[in-house]
Amino acid sequence: MAHDIAHHESNTKKIWQVFFLLSAITIVEVIFGIWKPGFMEVKFLSLKLLNWFFIILTLWKAYYITWSFMHMEGETKGLRRSVVWTGVFLICYLMFILLTEGDYIYEVFKAGHKSWDF
Amino acid sequence: METTVIKTGTEGKTWGGGNEPLNGSYGKMMMWFFILSDALTFSGFLAAYGFSRFKFINSWPIADEVFNHFPFLHGVDAPMFYVALMTFILIFSSVTMVLAVDAGHQLKKDKVIIYMFLTIIGGAIFVGSQAWEWKNFIKGEYGAVETKGGQILQFIDKEGHRVALKDIAIVSHHSERVQHESKNGLWFESQEGTLPTYTIAEIQAGFAKREDVLIRTQILTEEGEKTILSREESLKRLQHDAIGIVEGANLKHNEYGSPLFADFFFFITGFHGFHVFSGVIINIIIFFNVIIGTYERRKSYEMVEKVGLYWHFVDLVWVFVFTFFYLV
Repeated sequence: MAHDIAHHESNTKKIWQVFFLLSAITIVEVIFGIWKPGFMEVKFLSLKLLNWFFIILTLWKAYYITWSFMHMEGETKGLRRSVVWTGVFLICYLMFILLTEGDYIYEVFKAGHKSWDF
Repeated sequence: METTVIKTGTEGKTWGGGNEPLNGSYGKMMMWFFILSDALTFSGFLAAYGFSRFKFINSWPIADEVFNHFPFLHGVDAPMFYVALMTFILIFSSVTMVLAVDAGHQLKKDKVIIYMFLTIIGGAIFVGSQAWEWKNFIKGEYGAVETKGGQILQFIDKEGHRVALKDIAIVSHHSERVQHESKNGLWFESQEGTLPTYTIAEIQAGFAKREDVLIRTQILTEEGEKTILSREESLKRLQHDAIGIVEGANLKHNEYGSPLFADFFFFITGFHGFHVFSGVIINIIIFFNVIIGTYERRKSYEMVEKVGLYWHFVDLVWVFVFTFFYLV
């Protein structure tokens, strides 16, 4: 264990800091979700900038939940990598394959001779 | 190894199973790998959602129009607020959980009890909120018409406000038919779904009289808004294509647009809600264990830490569900 009982000091202050950070990120997300600024409607890599912004903020939140709340920063390097790298690699792979395929089917629907809107 | 839960007498003996790989206890490591596999399950669901969304990118329902209810604010268009509130509740219960773990490290039993209790309450409120969200979605609000091709036609007035079916329909009592029920001897029709409040003829008759009402299709324009048909097109579309009435959403029909949206919503938030529910149950078990002093005697609150890992994971998943269902 990285933390022995004998000299374990309280992390309360840090916990509340992370809570306020996560809340602030959520509030920013909600504000942008309602406001939807025009300059962020521009497309980048087939997604709107606004959506990239949301995804990045979400990953930031996920990082803080895992590292601080789930105490990943205190685990050994081996455990950290075996969980995080495996997850990140497989999720990226899955997302890439399925989203590309979804977009391909959209193009097939759009270019086909058959009308789907009837 | 003070925090090791069970002393087996093999400590330090490498060939006796006494070493802890990666410096984590057996239970904690297994919890991490369970979480990893569960995370992949949820990613599979969310990736499938993304697949369907990219497949119907030009006709996917707009979340802001679907989830715009807030308790005690009837008829007020309030997108995002309710789900943001739910997110706060879950993040806050994560905080109380991590405070319970922190108090456990210092063997402060009373503090662990209070924080565990708050965590359970937070989880229960979250599950209740999700039930309310489901109720609104299933019940629907304005109602819509479904075409032969399974497309959804919604009604709006000249200002672009939605118009409900009940404000359009001219109810004709001659054509009203009763629900077929097996208790009336109609056993062969017992599979019939609930009849909608209005028939398609009543809507068509009412729509022809309402000059100010137009039809909106589920096809999105360049600006990402739903296409509004002209009055002539609207009349034509309703006369020739419309075959049924949709009120609310279930697994087959969805008044907000693609039924796939409803399917994924029910499945993903349902699966997540089930995780929250089971998390609450596990938390309650650990809560009582703390009260009766099980961990006090062990001199280790590692069980609280392990259940805490699961609880934070549930929060982690919600962060992604929130983004992909409500924001993106």
